[in-house]
Amino acid sequence: MGMPISIHVRSPDVDSPMVARVVEDAFDLVRQADRLFSPYKEDSEVSRIRRAELDPAKADPLVQQVVTLCRQAGELTQGAFTELLPDEQGALGFDPTGLVKGWAADRAASRLADLPGASFCLNAGGDVVVGGATVEPTAGSEAVWRVGIEDPRDRSRIAEVVELHHGGVATSGAAARGAHLYDPLTQTFVNRPGSVTVVGPSLMWADVWATALFVGPASLPHRFSQVAGGYRMVSL
Amino acid sequence: MRRIVLVILSTITTVVLLFSYHTSTSTTFATSPLTQLPASPGASPRSPSPNKSGSSTSRSSPATYTGGSADTRWGPVQVQITVQGGKITTSQAVQYPQNNGRDAEINGFALPILNQEVVQQQSASIDTVSGATVTSDGYLQSLQSAIDQAHL
Repeated sequence: MGMPISIHVRSPDVDSPMVARVVEDAFDLVRQADRLFSPYKEDSEVSRIRRAELDPAKADPLVQQVVTLCRQAGELTQGAFTELLPDEQGALGFDPTGLVKGWAADRAASRLADLPGASFCLNAGGDVVVGGATVEPTAGSEAVWRVGIEDPRDRSRIAEVVELHHGGVATSGAAARGAHLYDPLTQTFVNRPGSVTVVGPSLMWADVWATALFVGPASLPHRFSQVAGGYRMVSL
Repeated sequence: MRRIVLVILSTITTVVLLFSYHTSTSTTFATSPLTQLPASPGASPRSPSPNKSGSSTSRSSPATYTGGSADTRWGPVQVQITVQGGKITTSQAVQYPQNNGRDAEINGFALPILNQEVVQQQSASIDTVSGATVTSDGYLQSLQSAIDQAHL
């Protein structure tokens, strides 16, 4: 499934070649991640690992980094996050997509943060990372982004608005794509109403937690409040 | 506020990408082909002569702009917007794939959501939306083209 990614830049010289180059670099980082990690590209490293043609220990350093992060995510969420997802036959295969999307967006965001005097907002299929302002902005400043959180029961409505100048906002739910979120603890796809949004410094961790909290057990929010310092959740 | 809207819209950059998601085994609109558009990061198509049917200089009279037709794997998608007072007041797909019953069913479901999302984002004075959203690439391409024509 293709996913639209958009980058908005607010800057006094938004038409400058430098802005254009940095935005292009940011998109290149996402394209690079897609080449390495897409399970739908036959020659991606993830596809080769899935076919047991590539030993993860010999994969690209970025792939090894993601494998390590997936392991940490599984531990932090007490198993509610997994990179082992069932295929159509039910066999578990390596698929770190749930973490890579946020990871790639964070990498692109760190490139955008190089733009002096600019602030940016990157939206990757409904998950958002903003940043760029170096000083603490005042309310109403162009460094502050207003991120609407979609109402999962009526997707044409905005249920809440989060204002932030740095960090990520990730939402997980079954509203747009049905039961696509897998719960490794019960080994089922979850199709319940509602959504979980997590806001925090890194989009990758916000997204990992949003998914884990959506599919995970009732005890998980307590764990989240203990181990995910700087992150908060909005349940709708 | 108007200045901010101008800044946002004049700097929007959209690229179509590519991450793949496993969808559920259950059949829902979630697997709609409309959202499975191919990666085509080329420039948005533009019509040389905007189908402008009003004046954009007056804040009170609405003007209509039609975006270029964006080709997708399932057929062309074309979006029309109405602008009043520097804001998009309506957005609708005037051309979309409806080659078979399945296309028509999917688009009948998806397009009203996309249309509303465009208007909603403006009227709520928010900058972006976080949600379980997968917005159609073709829709975005043609929408961008319409926004460019409107000089928003």
